[in-house]
Amino acid sequence: MRYIFALMMWLCPALVLAQDWEDQNAFGPASASSTLRVLSSTDTSLFAPVIEDFLESRSGVAVEYFVTGTAQIDEVFRAAPGDFDVVISSAMDLQLKLVNDGFSVQIDNLDQPDWAQWRNSLFAFTAEPATIVINRAAFAPESVPQTRQELIAAMRARPEVFRGKVGTYDVRESGLGYLFATQDARASETFWRLMEVMGGLDAQLYCCSGAMIDDLVAGELMVAYNVLGSYVAAREDVADMLEIVLPSDFPTIMMRTAFVSSRTEVAEEAAAFVRHLVEMQTGQRNLEAFPLPPLSATTDSTGQAVISLEPALMTYLDPLKRRTFIKEWSSAVIQ
Amino acid sequence: MDDAVNVAGSLRARLALTLIGSAAAIAILLFFVVRTYAAQIAQSGQDSILEASVASILDAATLRDGDVEVDFPYVAFSMLSTDADDRVFYAIWQEETLLSGYELLPVADAPDGGEIVHVSAIFDGAPVRVATAARILVGANTRTRVTVSVAQTQDALAGTLNKISRNVGLIGAGFFILSVLVASWATNSTIRPLERLTHSITRRGPKDLSPVARPVPLEMAPLVTSLNSFMARLDTSLKQSEDFIAEAAHRVRTPLATVRSHAEATLQRVEREDNRQALRSMVRAIDESSRAAGQLLDHAMITFRADHLETQTLDLVELVEDLVTRLAPVAEMKDIALTVISEGAVSVEADSILLQNALRNLVENALKYAPEESEITLEVGASPRPRVEVRDEGPGFPPDQMQGLAARFSRGDNAKDTIGSGLGLTIAQDVATAHGGELTLDNMPEGGACVTFLL
Repeated sequence: MRYIFALMMWLCPALVLAQDWEDQNAFGPASASSTLRVLSSTDTSLFAPVIEDFLESRSGVAVEYFVTGTAQIDEVFRAAPGDFDVVISSAMDLQLKLVNDGFSVQIDNLDQPDWAQWRNSLFAFTAEPATIVINRAAFAPESVPQTRQELIAAMRARPEVFRGKVGTYDVRESGLGYLFATQDARASETFWRLMEVMGGLDAQLYCCSGAMIDDLVAGELMVAYNVLGSYVAAREDVADMLEIVLPSDFPTIMMRTAFVSSRTEVAEEAAAFVRHLVEMQTGQRNLEAFPLPPLSATTDSTGQAVISLEPALMTYLDPLKRRTFIKEWSSAVIQ
Repeated sequence: MDDAVNVAGSLRARLALTLIGSAAAIAILLFFVVRTYAAQIAQSGQDSILEASVASILDAATLRDGDVEVDFPYVAFSMLSTDADDRVFYAIWQEETLLSGYELLPVADAPDGGEIVHVSAIFDGAPVRVATAARILVGANTRTRVTVSVAQTQDALAGTLNKISRNVGLIGAGFFILSVLVASWATNSTIRPLERLTHSITRRGPKDLSPVARPVPLEMAPLVTSLNSFMARLDTSLKQSEDFIAEAAHRVRTPLATVRSHAEATLQRVEREDNRQALRSMVRAIDESSRAAGQLLDHAMITFRADHLETQTLDLVELVEDLVTRLAPVAEMKDIALTVISEGAVSVEADSILLQNALRNLVENALKYAPEESEITLEVGASPRPRVEVRDEGPGFPPDQMQGLAARFSRGDNAKDTIGSGLGLTIAQDVATAHGGELTLDNMPEGGACVTFLL
């Protein structure tokens, strides 16, 4: 029995290690008495200052930070909820479903407005709009499209400039892309027209915002739709080259959310970590090094502009709905 | 007279307990009835939202190319948002196959007609309310049954129920407190006539046996009737005995006077010393009997007059001096000097006949017990209260019996050789009491009794 147990103990981390991570980093002392395992969709470069600030006042704690795509997070975490203590993702719908399905614990005495938390378990700590990022080379400064309609018109007017050089999320792969697409589709029919136009121009499909920004910088892309503006803003080297447009017709604003796994063995540290994120982003702590926009920057006090944290987020996660949506999306974009 | 009444239970307590007990029972009943009712309403509220959700999902179910598609609207789940962020579960079945949702969600059997069935269950450790409905989809050559269940946890409902329970509890407590106040008021107002009757009877003078005239509640009428008739009988009986005493004393005194005069006359005639001695004893015995009869008469009169004093302003010193003058012959027979000490007139409001009676009895007592050739002092004072002190040089009162001596027919142990009825002190005390004063007995340090008559 003891051998089997030992074998399991040995295999579990091995399974985690076997995962194909985008990035994986350890913070804090190797001799720490407890290790906080954070599963996240946020790039390590953006999150490192947060973790270091968290560890500053806690000597016996170390953090292991695993980065992967939003859809992967859902898959990995559902398969082994005991392997991670804190889950951070930009895919609000997947996060909400995990909480709804009982994968989280409640954190008491953490004051977040109602619209920025769900069940006292899922806490939002950033508000990041989906933006149109354009390569300044493709547009005259005065003709930069401000709405989706104007973008459609611009692409129709000069298809030779944009053919093969427009990009967006591949909603089949990216959880966040799927969330943005479904919320857009819910908001306006314009989304489908935009997708058809982009499909007609051989749209490039991406797994993540980072890759789109890289291609924009490289000149492979002239326009990227539904890119996280915060990622672009975080990169100081691209300011001259790229312009971030917040579509003025309707905003789609995502909140990055975190929760503590119900199977965590370091509940106190995990809750402290989530609390740290919330306090930092709601202005209770100021951390200049953290480049993601806080909740208050893009939302009013009621959080009206953001995608709301409610059970309805689970609607498009339904396999039947998803199948229908992907089918429609594919016929528009892939053609 | 002061024997404890045999008390068993209390009308007030019984009444108050009955009222408060029933108020508590009603309050508790109210709490549960309202809470149950509120729970039903709250549950039916949740049920109707779940129904709408199920209906909107079921409504979106279509058959396309033989496949079931359920493109349900966003609002199907959006309407399930609650303040407590309740968890939502659902399941969509085609016949016995799960199309999407939570496979383990408990599902009730729903009829095909779209009628919605509700059940309560436990899912993933939480109590949930499940609504289920089914519909038959008809395609070109297929018929298939789609069942939709939507479930929601009951946190918000529990919160609502807690709030309702708290409010209903407060209302129940308020009702109870109000009832207690009303109960105590009702108890008091019910008991009050009884207290009033008790009070009016307690406040009466010891000789007032007139019937209760105040109106009393119907329920107390028999008691008051019995009380009145009892008092009437008592009054009659008392009057009869007083009359009897007065009549008897009167009737005894006259023949005694006759016998005394005969004895005196005989004394003049007989020569032999032993016969004369016997006759003298006889005369003395007759005197005592006559005096006792007189005292009985006095006592009967005082008992009668005590309730309606005929007071007038009179000088206590004058009254005492007058008395001394009248008793001087008797004193002289024993060579006793009667001395009056006073510092001017002492004016009092009193019944002169009663006062004379009382003081005469005190002086006669003193004369009786004082040795020959002694002095009896009557000191009249005005402060702090009008008083007369009668001091003699006799044996004094036995110290251990001083308390009871004023009781009727009671005499000190050292008075056995002296003839007397034992009524003298009683008469004096009754008069003092009737005037709102008192009688105190004392012995002087140098010997002799001292009786203080205070008005």
